[in-house]
Amino acid sequence: MELLYIIVGLVFVNNFVLAQFLGLCPFIGVSKKSSDAFGMGLAVIFVMAMASFFTFTINEFFIRAGGQNVFYSLAGTLGHAKAQKFIHEKGLSEVLTTGVFILVIAGFVQFIELVIRKTSRGLYDALGIYLPLITTNCTVLGVTLLNMKNLQPGGDWTKMAFGEGLLWATLSGLFAGVGFSMVMMLMSGIRERLAVSKLPKAFQGAPIAFICTGMMALAFLGFTGMIGGLKANLG
Amino acid sequence: MNLTSILLASDAMSFFKENTPAILICAVLLLVVIGGGFGAILAYAAKKFHVEQDPRVEQITAALPGANCGSCGMPGCGGYAEAIVKGEVELNLCAPGGSKVAQMVAKIMGKEVAEADKRYSVLLCKGGNKVAGKFDYAGVSDCRAAALLLLGDKVCQYGCLGLDTCERACPFNAIVMKDGLPFVIEERCTSCGACVKACPKDLFALVSEKKTVVVGCQSHDPGKVVNKICPVGCIACKACEKACPVDAIHVIDNLAVIDYEKCKNCGLCVKACPKSTIYNMRKTRKERAERAIQAEAAGDKEAAHCCVS
Repeated sequence: MELLYIIVGLVFVNNFVLAQFLGLCPFIGVSKKSSDAFGMGLAVIFVMAMASFFTFTINEFFIRAGGQNVFYSLAGTLGHAKAQKFIHEKGLSEVLTTGVFILVIAGFVQFIELVIRKTSRGLYDALGIYLPLITTNCTVLGVTLLNMKNLQPGGDWTKMAFGEGLLWATLSGLFAGVGFSMVMMLMSGIRERLAVSKLPKAFQGAPIAFICTGMMALAFLGFTGMIGGLKANLG
Repeated sequence: MNLTSILLASDAMSFFKENTPAILICAVLLLVVIGGGFGAILAYAAKKFHVEQDPRVEQITAALPGANCGSCGMPGCGGYAEAIVKGEVELNLCAPGGSKVAQMVAKIMGKEVAEADKRYSVLLCKGGNKVAGKFDYAGVSDCRAAALLLLGDKVCQYGCLGLDTCERACPFNAIVMKDGLPFVIEERCTSCGACVKACPKDLFALVSEKKTVVVGCQSHDPGKVVNKICPVGCIACKACEKACPVDAIHVIDNLAVIDYEKCKNCGLCVKACPKSTIYNMRKTRKERAERAIQAEAAGDKEAAHCCVS
């Protein structure tokens, strides 16, 4: 049931493009052709899921408050009682999360690009040119940072074991990517149709695309009550 | 209270003041480890997963025009460059680049190249606004869409629909619409073939610049029908066939077709055609060449690219 909430929540209700207005750059830039949009969508799904996985792991062992933090034991060995207490209570998230996540995602995406160029030419041709485009794109960074929100006191995953949290975080990344790709595909269909219609010069290209995005966002507002409805009906 | 004291009093500063040494060390340590780790991994991966690429591929890609028009048959200029280096294809396939680019490519590859024949896109319809519509078309303003509905809104099912598809398809702005028909600006035409692919009625053909006579009709309707619906369509009267001294033009399936292997550009069929369907580009091409020479002499680059004559 939780899985259904995640899918509906991230694909429809809190869609990254249409509800949170993240990732508008690739959304407008690569939605001119359905085939390009599809390739980009696949790359985004892949990178978001993997980025969620890696950042969640790094967060658990290097940043998050608690005894499992590597720095907690490090401070203990060095005899810094004050720092140890601080890490146990607060963690390093206030200073480090964003910077470390950018570093991790960027490094990881570059690595993946190198690997698939060597190992799978077909996959590289499909994803390769889009991968550098989304190196720490705001959707990717966004999903990892939003995952962290769920870990904060009072969040959904706060009391979960590491493995369980990791699973949910990866699934969140995956379905946030699916939501992004779905909207990309819808938009590319609309723009292929727009490309052959007669428009006033001032509206051609990106302007009309943004107007359409706005209207799609309004339409997606209609999904807002879905989670509440699902919970009421399914328990 | 000055700015510094405000900053010192704020939460952020007190956070740093209390925990600076240890937390700072943790932060720096973590970033150094992760950064260094990824640096090492990437350096290793760059070696381990290195893909050998011929340096000539990059040189050739730089020499090609970069329009990615696909007239060479490869997906874009990069694909063509790779295919050249592999030796799979001819060197003179780049239509927009012409012989200039072919020679540059040949130089990089260390090969000789045959002089590429300059070609232009020519239009095989003279109807346009002269042909009536059979209904009011109010759909998508695109020939490919219009052609799906009862073969288009013109009474002639073979003729130009005049909805600018070719104009939009041309990557070099070489086509402008004039009297409901596309007009090819030959100064800009690179014979990339984008219009040939775009036209749903197959009304463009790439013809060598040395062949100047063109049959401006694609209608296979019998002469009687064409006579009623189009003032300039081919009525298959065979006057051109009789006038041709070298047996180069024949009426096949109600349409005059020129065999360019035999055609000598004499223009006798142009004179014989009662509907002036057949036209000769010799005069306009000559005028254009003269204009270009004059403009060059005057040092006026704008005039060299003058448009609709």
